Amino acid sequence: MNKSMTPAHTDATLGREIQHKIGEQLRAQYDEVVSQGIPDRFAELLKRLDDRNEGEAS
Amino acid sequence: MTGIDPAIRDAVLAAIPSLRAFAISLSGNVDRADDLVQETMLRALANIHSFQPGTNMSAWLFTILRNLFRSEYRKRRREVEDADGSYADSLKSQPEQSGRVEFEEFRTALAKLPPDQREALILVGASGFSYEETAEICGCAVGTIKSRVNRARGRLAQILAIESADDFGPDRETRAVLTE
Repeated sequence: MNKSMTPAHTDATLGREIQHKIGEQLRAQYDEVVSQGIPDRFAELLKRLDDRNEGEAS
Repeated sequence: MTGIDPAIRDAVLAAIPSLRAFAISLSGNVDRADDLVQETMLRALANIHSFQPGTNMSAWLFTILRNLFRSEYRKRRREVEDADGSYADSLKSQPEQSGRVEFEEFRTALAKLPPDQREALILVGASGFSYEETAEICGCAVGTIKSRVNRARGRLAQILAIESADDFGPDRETRAVLTE
């Protein structure tokens, strides 16, 4: 983290910095997964279900 | 009707990336998360008649996933998560060492939150749902969600403050007392 941090930093400052970081980390972690897109297994599953439903439809 | 309504299929597909992100944030494990997403898709399509057209499909899917996770969580309470590091391995864009350490610290801190606080924080802070939508997904009052999110932020700040204080050594006990 911030190497220049000194005891002069109040807990309130630390709190704001940390809240900002929490928001960033939360979104970074989440968006990293979102950016992976749709794994093949899910597209394939949906396709199989679709085919099966069509086969079963009366 | 034959097959899956294309509009529904597209909506389900479109929701998958964020459903996975939510599931991974909840479970801390990619394989479990993907199983949760798959189970969510199966439940959703089997119960598609209970989805009200014109309402928020994404929120409906998140509700199903959340409830599946909660019932699973009750079964496997406090299991050690991600022992093989599969989640960390699946994430590629943390090249810088200090970034990686921070990222791991954050993930560990998030995992320490009670599940009701964690899910509320993720839905509001990362999935981009409103407090009202989050309340609907979690089946509770808007005020409850607001207080869970606040408590989650406070608790994370506390955990992370103590951990970063660790990096500076001597101040540790002082800070632990201050943030207690």
